[in-house]
Amino acid sequence: MAEDKTNARMRERPVAERIRDFEEVPLGYTAQQAVAEAKRCLQCKDPKCVKGCPVEIDIPAFIKLIAQGLPAEAASKIKETNSLPAVCGRVCPQEEQCELTCILNAKKAPIAIGSLERFAAEAESKENTEPRRSAAGSASIAVIGSGPAGLTCAGDLAKLGYQVTVFESLHVIGGVLQYGIPEFRLPKKIVDLEVQYVKSLGVKIVSDHLVDEIDGLLKEYQAVFVGSGAGLPNFLGVPGENLPGVYSANEFLFRVNMMKAYKFPEYLTPVKIGKKVAVIGAGNVAMDAARVSLRLGAEEVLIVYRRSRGEMPARREEIVRCEEEGVKFHLLTAPIALYPDQSGWVKEMECEKMELGEPDQSGRRRPITVPGSEFKLPIDTVIVAIGNSPNPLIIRRNPGVRANDRGGIIVDDRQATSLPGVFAGGDIVRGSATVISAMGDGKRAARRIDEYLRAAGQRL
Amino acid sequence: MSEILSRKSLSPNVFQITVAAPAIAAGARAGQFVVIIPATQAERIPLTIADSDQAKGTITIIFQLAGATTRLLTSLQVGEKIPHILGPLGVPSEIEKFGRVVVVGGGVGIAEIYPVVKALTAAGNEVVTIVGARNKELLIFQSELSVVSCQLLVATDDGSSGRKGFVTELLAEAIKERPVQRVIAVGPVPMMKACCDLTREAGIKTIVSLNTLMLDATGMCGVCRVKVGGENRFACVEGPDFDGHLVDFADLTSRLGTYKDLEKKADDHVCRLLRGKNG
Repeated sequence: MAEDKTNARMRERPVAERIRDFEEVPLGYTAQQAVAEAKRCLQCKDPKCVKGCPVEIDIPAFIKLIAQGLPAEAASKIKETNSLPAVCGRVCPQEEQCELTCILNAKKAPIAIGSLERFAAEAESKENTEPRRSAAGSASIAVIGSGPAGLTCAGDLAKLGYQVTVFESLHVIGGVLQYGIPEFRLPKKIVDLEVQYVKSLGVKIVSDHLVDEIDGLLKEYQAVFVGSGAGLPNFLGVPGENLPGVYSANEFLFRVNMMKAYKFPEYLTPVKIGKKVAVIGAGNVAMDAARVSLRLGAEEVLIVYRRSRGEMPARREEIVRCEEEGVKFHLLTAPIALYPDQSGWVKEMECEKMELGEPDQSGRRRPITVPGSEFKLPIDTVIVAIGNSPNPLIIRRNPGVRANDRGGIIVDDRQATSLPGVFAGGDIVRGSATVISAMGDGKRAARRIDEYLRAAGQRL
Repeated sequence: MSEILSRKSLSPNVFQITVAAPAIAAGARAGQFVVIIPATQAERIPLTIADSDQAKGTITIIFQLAGATTRLLTSLQVGEKIPHILGPLGVPSEIEKFGRVVVVGGGVGIAEIYPVVKALTAAGNEVVTIVGARNKELLIFQSELSVVSCQLLVATDDGSSGRKGFVTELLAEAIKERPVQRVIAVGPVPMMKACCDLTREAGIKTIVSLNTLMLDATGMCGVCRVKVGGENRFACVEGPDFDGHLVDFADLTSRLGTYKDLEKKADDHVCRLLRGKNG
């Protein structure tokens, strides 16, 4: 029973082909693969997988529908609790959530829940099932930001019958799903379809609109959800960090994903990639930046990380894909200075070697400098991917909303802020977290907003 | 989507457009800017709000033809719509009664200082406005500025209007004439730096408005970072106004030059597109 030890793998495009373009890498299950994988599910009476899902998908139920050859029905089942299945099927770290808690882990490979979710979502988008519009309730709710937190909150509230308006400051809807995650990991037409679905629930979405003062919104709306997302990138604080050729990952990915700089000059936003790129950091964003660099034509791409392989925060499968594509890892290495060439462009990165000491507050072993280990790496592009703070705008302009010292909005365990009627979730609370944790926040907030409005007698 | 209500050229390469944007007009204050995307494939570019009319729901923008995206913006005619416009962005300029204030504008900065001069005068300051350009043809917004300034002084490189020379000479004289409590300089980086060097010696607080590169312009991408007082500051959410004596102008200049070599390629592409569209 060799095939039982592993779950069915999606087909993937070969490395040599995929690193030359921005098309998606995994190709998704065939119907046959999906049914076979779905049939491995034990249909547990007390499913552990569901407990691992932040958006509470009835996982055994949708898998059963796939096994029965009803993928569109499976998609509808997922959408009862999750408005963005095609996104989640691709970018959720299932190995830390539903697949981690799958009972099959004890003896075999867990069910490939993420791949099945993606398959169901795909099947539905092919059949273009029109969802049912909910009846409009009496209360109006404003959602700030159209990223995963905002879209989830908006979708859930619309399903409950509320009138929801989402305000997005950028010119495209989807937040980090658009500007952050590259096309080859999350095609933008998939994001557009999911946004379309949320709109079809009756949600109104306004782009190019910056929300300034929440007080003003509260005059028109009975509740507000703030999902304004990521903010200013963290930098290393080393000399030379402002040299041309040094990007934050936010900037680099925004240029490529949002502004389509990889199609310059057809798209007018430029991006410059050198021959040898150093990406600082080892999270999913760093892996994305490294793989984008390869696709833009870099000859050599390094991941430079101050801890060791075991502490790398990126998903296993992203690290594997990076390595397959030829990205090199410089572990236990920390940059200490960047130097320019004669034209002022970055040309060299001075680093020092690290070793791991005692565990720090995060529980990971603290990196310690190895004395006298300095060395220089010739590079001509640096991408700093060491996280970001929450977006500063809402906090600066709304002193009534309490924030912590990192600039994140303070919420209780059910997403309520210090200002009555105002709720928040996603990166604006967490700093930098995952798409699915933001979606979980959006879902929790929607439920809480419903209770809040019922208590206030605002609902029909 | 915002309709262009009027459009004119102020000098060979500087254009003025008035746009229907009631929500932006309602909140706009001196020193703030908008981000404009004039066509689907264009860049997001930050442009200063030169004037706004809350009653009419309009804003006025002055911009210089400086590359591909501004070329696309100049190609839009009255009645056409700008696909995307976001604002007001940035921290408004600090406006209070300082006393005698000198406001210096150079290049397209001459128009950008207009709302600041207007607001400072309304706040009871004695405003001396100094503007500089290469020649008379490039002097814009003169009648508007003369209405809201106590005194309007002009310098041109070729002497075709006002003083032959630089704005800094007029600034030095204004400071010598009577005490100045504050200086504001908006224009090309060398001009702002020269003003700051001069006022540093005189110990007069000087504010500059930085036109850094921007993308989202909402505090996310970090491309607008500039060293101010030895620390990275972000022009889109902490600026665009900064204490000029603390700004690292070399850092600013080097970052502004990042894409210089690609700008021509982009502009050539747009020129070809526009030729195709018009012919």
